[in-house]
Amino acid sequence: MTPGPSSGTGFQKVLDNMTAPKLPGQQSGALFSSAGSSAVLEKSSPAVEFRNIEIAYGKFVAVRDFSLSIQKGSFVTLLGPSGCGKTTILRSIAGLVDISGGQIMIDGRRVDDVPIYKRNIGLVFQSYALFPHKSVFDNVAFGLKYHNVPKSDIERKVGKALEMVRLPGSEKKLPSQLSGGQQQRIALARAIVFEPQVLLLDEPLSALDANMREEMRVEIKKIQKETGITAIFVTHDQEEALSMSDRIVVMNAGAMEQIGAPEEVYEMPATAFVADFLGKANMLAGTVSKSDGPTATVTLAAGQTVKVVSPKPLSPGAPVTVVVRPEKLSLESGAMANRLTGRVASTSYLGGSATYEIDIGGKRTVRVNTQINGRVVREGGAINIGFDPAGCVLLDEKGIRIS
Amino acid sequence: MKISPTITVAAGLSTGADKRHEDGQMLRVRTTKGWTLYDPRLAWMLVAPVLLLLIIFLVLPIAVMAVYTFFTFVTAGVETGTLTTANWHEFLTDSYYHGFLWKTLRVAAMTALLCGVLGYFPAYFIWATTFKHKWLLLLLLIVPFWISFTIRTFSWINILGEQGVINVALLKMGIISEPLPMLYNEGAVIVGLLHFLLPYMILNVYVSLESIDRTLISAARSMGCTSAQAFREVTLPLSLPGLAAGLLLCFVLAAGSYVTPQLLGSGRDALFGNLISDTIMEQLNWPMGATLSIVLFVVLGFFAAIYTRYMGMSQIVKGLGG
Ligand SMILES: Nc1ncnc2c1ncn2[C@@H]1O[C@H](COP(=O)(O)OP(=O)(O)OP(=O)(O)O)[C@@H](O)[C@H]1O
Ligand SMILES: [Mg+2]
Repeated sequence: MTPGPSSGTGFQKVLDNMTAPKLPGQQSGALFSSAGSSAVLEKSSPAVEFRNIEIAYGKFVAVRDFSLSIQKGSFVTLLGPSGCGKTTILRSIAGLVDISGGQIMIDGRRVDDVPIYKRNIGLVFQSYALFPHKSVFDNVAFGLKYHNVPKSDIERKVGKALEMVRLPGSEKKLPSQLSGGQQQRIALARAIVFEPQVLLLDEPLSALDANMREEMRVEIKKIQKETGITAIFVTHDQEEALSMSDRIVVMNAGAMEQIGAPEEVYEMPATAFVADFLGKANMLAGTVSKSDGPTATVTLAAGQTVKVVSPKPLSPGAPVTVVVRPEKLSLESGAMANRLTGRVASTSYLGGSATYEIDIGGKRTVRVNTQINGRVVREGGAINIGFDPAGCVLLDEKGIRIS
Repeated sequence: MKISPTITVAAGLSTGADKRHEDGQMLRVRTTKGWTLYDPRLAWMLVAPVLLLLIIFLVLPIAVMAVYTFFTFVTAGVETGTLTTANWHEFLTDSYYHGFLWKTLRVAAMTALLCGVLGYFPAYFIWATTFKHKWLLLLLLIVPFWISFTIRTFSWINILGEQGVINVALLKMGIISEPLPMLYNEGAVIVGLLHFLLPYMILNVYVSLESIDRTLISAARSMGCTSAQAFREVTLPLSLPGLAAGLLLCFVLAAGSYVTPQLLGSGRDALFGNLISDTIMEQLNWPMGATLSIVLFVVLGFFAAIYTRYMGMSQIVKGLGG
């Protein structure tokens, strides 16, 4: 079996290519003219690579100087606030928007000039984008038909894909006869059935209700693992990003802020933006009052002093921002090194845990998220909070993590 | 206890009423001076003027016409109230009338089809263009309506006639030695009807194109369709409801036309509308004129009904797209 560009993965095993594992691209030629040498390329070239791309809508630059390399079979999430250019980047891979600078490579081949219909990419839209006038079968078979898959194979592959998304037997239904979650499953089946090189998902879960969303999260991740397809997922939901991704790309205003594994991005935010956007960290501004090797003492704007562990010696008098995650703060901590005293401004009881907004003076409130053992502290109650000196991240005056 | 939104709103608006909803307490629809929000009586009051107008100026005249079909024609301008089926008998047996009816339907169908073919492209263009001032293009569609329909029809005489622009130009250029007979035939009538009906067709198609979710086209393209294939698979089928509505509209309007054949056609090109006019205005035969009117009314109504039934289905399909 000669491996095609995406065949080193488990894809074939799952979708069972049977006798002739012909990839659509190999038939149409142009795109995979180097398919023979792809066995070599495969190891060396990432599935998708952006090199300093820039995308402009008229005069407005939506994405600037964006470089990213995505490994084969990985699940990468573009995370960022609304309007930061996530969709634009995704559409540029598919060829739905033109880049005004830089290069995009898919499997090591430049695709800037490859038209959309030859790019071999699976797209899942937020709005499902199922063809309302076609049955589920015709929707899923659509990509196969235009990738010259023989009729006899189409039926089998559609059946397999529908099984994969747990909707076997729904071939004859119209999209309107399905629920939102089911429609999104069909959209997913439709996007993966023709074995694209990359699967692009643009906020596929945001139109679903909360329960469905969680279920689909697990399911998408499972299918991605099974097929081994490279997936690029766009969301502005941090929970989605953290739970599904191998790597997260945090974006802000058309540029990349940080890239890394979920834990990395969460535990060690590179910038103030990432710290704030992911998990709403507490940002306590202050100045270094004493520096002693790896530990330093910081005087906060509200007057308290805290001890922090810094990866690099700090010079006294330097302004720093101490970033502490709400979960890293604990209540009534007798033994904790850093103790802040405050008053509960608001309490959100969340079942097993509670979130408090605590006024620590100086017009600052600190958010604490903690397991409830004992009683829930109500609004107005005085409270002590503390955190481990090593449990925080320090940012310099430009908002960049000190490392 | 579930509180329906209607009731809640009604309660919210009420003045002086008790606003507490306590579980287990009987929930009554709160009213203000005996009226509830969305009161059916209010709906009737709002519809009444239109309803009254429709009854007085549409339903009643048609009913009177229907009665007239059974009156006896004595001589030009004179009829008696003696009831007879002679008019209907005449219509049903005389092939003269059948010929007219058939020709009218044929010309109307041809006009509608031509409208469909010629109208789809401009509609598609307006929809697809990235031109910033799309509204201007749509406005251009409506501009013809600013000029009286009769004047617009007359203008064709100056274009197609023996002394018209085309003939004069061709004669001057020496391409022809005698004026081409372009006016006062069925072709001229159809051209006139096209001129009148194309904007309706274009607007109908445009509206249905505009309701197509453009991500569907992106989806089709990403799955390997060229632009042309995406059009055939997605855009065309989803715009068919608009095309169908346009066809029906053009067909009915063309079949009921009277001015255009009168001005641009010869006697042989008269349509059913002209026949009715002739029967009433020239022969002063009101009972027969009424019979023919009712016939046209029923026939076109029949087409519209069948069509709407079929279109109702495709409309559902279209609704799913949005
Ligand atoms: N067709 C367009 N023409 C002009 N500007 C556009 C166009 N599409 C997007 N933009 C702009 O480009 C920027 C990035 O848009 P994009 O759709 O990529 O954002 P996004 O990150 O996907 O946001 P969201 O989370 O809201 O989907 C936005 O500021 C938007 O206003
Ligand atoms: Mg978006």
